[in-house]
Formats: sequence, structure tokens, C-alpha cells
Amino acid sequence: MADLKPVAARPMSPHLTIYRLTLTMMMSIVHRITGAALYLGTLLLAWFLIAASMNSATFAVASGFFHSWFGMLILFGFTWALMHHLLGGVRHAIWDYGWGLDAPERDWLAMGTLVGGLGLTLVVWLIYAIWG
Amino acid sequence: MTNPSFRTSRRRFNYLGSAHSGTGDHAKMRLTSLALIPLTIAFMVMMLHLGSMDYNGVRNYLGHPGPTILMMLFLGTSIWHMQIGMKAIIEDYVHAHVTKDAVLIANLFFCVALGATCLYALIRIGLS
Repeated sequence: MADLKPVAARPMSPHLTIYRLTLTMMMSIVHRITGAALYLGTLLLAWFLIAASMNSATFAVASGFFHSWFGMLILFGFTWALMHHLLGGVRHAIWDYGWGLDAPERDWLAMGTLVGGLGLTLVVWLIYAIWG
Repeated sequence: MTNPSFRTSRRRFNYLGSAHSGTGDHAKMRLTSLALIPLTIAFMVMMLHLGSMDYNGVRNYLGHPGPTILMMLFLGTSIWHMQIGMKAIIEDYVHAHVTKDAVLIANLFFCVALGATCLYALIRIGLS
């Protein structure tokens, strides 16, 4: 019974590598990558909250990291990933209802996500630079 | 006897055929996405405030019910959302049975532990 192995390798469905690269395809990949990055980025939020829940010394360590140039760079990337993923989710919600699936519309939505994600990131950091 | 078919049982035992829950994750993903639109905006506003605060400022800010509850909702919803998302990624790329199960369980445990950690921190700040 353990010898029941398929005679030949089963055919796989065509994957990314055989298609011509398109904008919506890139956006799909970036949506998944930003999602995975945000998954790990949540650890930073947990660190911030735990540090704040303990004492001023533990908070100073976390705060020091987040305000260092390297910490700021990571937070800038985190902001972009979050804004891009957020708009990507809105795009998917629009598509779920069957809107904007035609050739020009879907590319406009993809461009909107790309430009909007970068724009919102800059707005957030501009607000921080002015207020912070 | 609720399931008279031998074939179905055997196929299910061998991880073959439909699990009959295929659209569940998709529906939950869409629902959590919807909730996360306003929650993410609230989170960004809160982080913009918290980003320029010192230790006492942060504790005072997170000691108020509004920010604490919003932060709990944001964290709970996004951790649930990311657990389903990572599950989809694992199911797409990890095919070996035991490895896949192990990674899926690790994903679930990680997300629950992360949620518990953040919840503990928020409650501790809120009650101090």
C-alpha cells in the first residue's frame, strides 16, 4: 500500500515565470510581500507596547531604537508597506464587486495604489516632521 | 452511520479531495480587511501622537479607554488577518505534509502569542 506512487509527475498549473510581466501582476506580488513584511513588523509594535508597559529604562531602549536613523528607516518602510497594503486591499474589495476589472481601469487602480501608497507615506512622515 | 462511503473516508485520510471549507478564509479575509480600513487610519493617528511622546506621555495616552480599545481592536483584527494571510502563503508554497502542518501550527501559535503579548501590555498600562 505504501508503494502507491504516481507513475509520472503530475502536471503543475502554469506559474508566474511563463507569463509576460504586467503591472497588476507586480502589484499582486508586492501585496503579498508587504503583507509578509507587516507580519514581521507587528513584532516592533509588540516590542513598543511591552517596553512602555514595563519601566522608563525598557521604554528608553525601544524609543532609542525607533528614533535612531536605522529605526526610522524601518518605520518608514513599515509605513509604506502598511499604506500600500491598505490601498491594495481597497483595490481588491472594488474588484470583488466586479468593478474596474477591464484593461484601462485595472491599470489605473494599480497605479493609484502605487502612487497613493507612496503619497500617503510621505504625508504621514511630513505630519510627523512638522508635529514631532 | 453518517458517512457510508468508504472512498470518501479513505480520500480524506490521505488529504485528497475537498476540505469543504475553501471559501471560509477568503470571507474572513474580506471581513477583517473591511474592519482594518478605519482601524488602520486610527492606528496611524495614534502612532503619530505616540511617536513624539516620552515614557510618561505614552503611558498617559494609552491609559485612556479610547486609544486602548482602538489599539486592541486594531491589533486583534490585524493579527487575525495576518494569520489567515500567512496561512494562504504557506499553503501556496509548502507542500510536504508534515512540514506544512508544522509551519501552519507555528503560524497560529506565533499569532496567538503575539496577540496575548500586546493585550497583556495594553492591560498593564491601562490598569497602572
